[in-house]
Amino acid sequence: MNTPTDTTATLALRSDLQIIAEWIQPGNHILDLGCGDGSLMGYLDRTKSVTGYGIEIEDHYIPQCIQNGVNVLQMDLDRGLTEFNDNSFDQVILSMALQTMRYPHLLMEEMLRVGREGIITFPNFGHWKVRWYLAGRGRMPVSEALPNYWYNTPNIHLCTLQDFEELCRQHNFQIQERRTLNHHHETGLGLQLLPNLLGEIVLYRFTRLPDNIPR
Amino acid sequence: MPVKIDNNSVGLVTPEKFHCSEPISLSCGEVLPEFDIVYECYGTLNSSKSNALLICHALSGDHHVAGYHTWEDEKPGWWDRFIGPGKVFDTDRFFIVCCNNLGGCSGSTGPTTTNPINGNRYGPDFPLVTVSDWVESQARLADHLGIEAWLAVIGGSLGGMQAMQWSVDQPDRIKNAIVIAAAPKLTAQNIAFNEVARQAILTDPNFFEGRYYEHSVQPDRGLRLARMLGHITYLSDDSMAKKFGRDLRQGKINFDYSEEFEIERYLRYQGDQFVGRFDANSYLLITKVLDYYDPEETEKRSLAEVFSRAKCDFLVVSFSTDWRFSPSRSKKIIKALHDNGLNVSYGEVKSSQGHDSFLMTIPQYIEIIRSYMDKLAASL
Repeated sequence: MNTPTDTTATLALRSDLQIIAEWIQPGNHILDLGCGDGSLMGYLDRTKSVTGYGIEIEDHYIPQCIQNGVNVLQMDLDRGLTEFNDNSFDQVILSMALQTMRYPHLLMEEMLRVGREGIITFPNFGHWKVRWYLAGRGRMPVSEALPNYWYNTPNIHLCTLQDFEELCRQHNFQIQERRTLNHHHETGLGLQLLPNLLGEIVLYRFTRLPDNIPR
Repeated sequence: MPVKIDNNSVGLVTPEKFHCSEPISLSCGEVLPEFDIVYECYGTLNSSKSNALLICHALSGDHHVAGYHTWEDEKPGWWDRFIGPGKVFDTDRFFIVCCNNLGGCSGSTGPTTTNPINGNRYGPDFPLVTVSDWVESQARLADHLGIEAWLAVIGGSLGGMQAMQWSVDQPDRIKNAIVIAAAPKLTAQNIAFNEVARQAILTDPNFFEGRYYEHSVQPDRGLRLARMLGHITYLSDDSMAKKFGRDLRQGKINFDYSEEFEIERYLRYQGDQFVGRFDANSYLLITKVLDYYDPEETEKRSLAEVFSRAKCDFLVVSFSTDWRFSPSRSKKIIKALHDNGLNVSYGEVKSSQGHDSFLMTIPQYIEIIRSYMDKLAASL
């Protein structure tokens, strides 16, 4: 699966697809932010009979989604989800796109405004290979999960697992579940002990803290 | 012979006429006791009659959407680039129908046709119709053709409004609505442009309160001005700059009011062409159809509530430089659709050609429509 030609998107699909699918109930109404060619929505439709929409900004993905039978809306996520009403989705998914957002924390607020639950996956910048690359070569890491150079990468807000969890604490996002995958896209004991070091891709399910809990 | 015939042209086509002797009650309260609808068809209706597409024309369009009436025609139908074997609306796969709408001037009942009650031309007495009235008359045509439900109703601009209205007026007779460069209603600016166009016609000395046929004249000057104004709003500033810039016809200014700039030549040419083929009363009437289109106001409820009747799937397309029906207008439509959980896809195509983009073969636009039509063809 993990041939050197795999892009971040397809790597992510292979690895986090099943975990995301586990988190989705049959028939749920889903919004998939940055849906690419619609593979995830297509998969969820086939396996969980979900309804909903993918949102994508890149021109070339729009016909691909349509061809794949996925409802796609061409919109800019950096402008928020103003087109959508409060609480109109069961889950809002942001798969491998958090790091490309101009204001990740504002989008997360929006995700929990329009949806009951947020699902976020991203490449962990705390992974040992990334640290090794930066420490050893003194240059911005390039890898299968992060294939672009610093100047042409869409990834403008890379973060580590710890950074993300700190953001959640500061903004009262309650993490319901965290899963990590190593660079072979497997889970294991080591990952549970040292997730920020060994996790190449992290997956979160999060909700808003209930209002009655003091913040 | 036309200069160049497309390899994938539908070729020679002949318009047909459907006479409906069942009266039609119009939104304005009047009744037309009978009416004619002129239409053209391309492709073959399959045995299950499930592959029929209805193309709805915009303000100045007509039923002649593809091919040629004679080999002497200089130009093919108005959307010929989209309709034919192998084209996005593929006549090898779909049966395609387009009609001239009621109130038009290309053969369907309208101001230029004879009122059966008194034997005179309707002229200004032709009742003001609405998009819903058009949908009703198109549904009668579908009955006549034996089409239970359209696989898709497709239209740009005012045509897109018809596609939307089909989805709520005839929810069981439409499987897909393709709504291009449209809006859920006109803005004040849109109405303002229409009003200037109407005033140009209404104040023409040859208008004679719409009874110009009796004087054997036409308000050509007003109609020409109306069309010139329209053309300015169909283009973008950029596309006009690119196409004409400040180019002078004779390479120098003449210090007079002759046709000096290329843009002047273009607008005058468009105006002249238009007066030869369009009727002023029809133009007035169709601008009113546009102005009146406002399903929220008509039904006194929100757009989302209006679309709660819809059952079909939607494809909505807008164009980045379309300032007449801008992408933000299309997003209002999208919102009402996804508020109802309806299947909808939306593409915002980058183009330089303004509102006219919907008539153009812009690669991204073509890809979007083609992928949607491929999916529909696969479902047959």
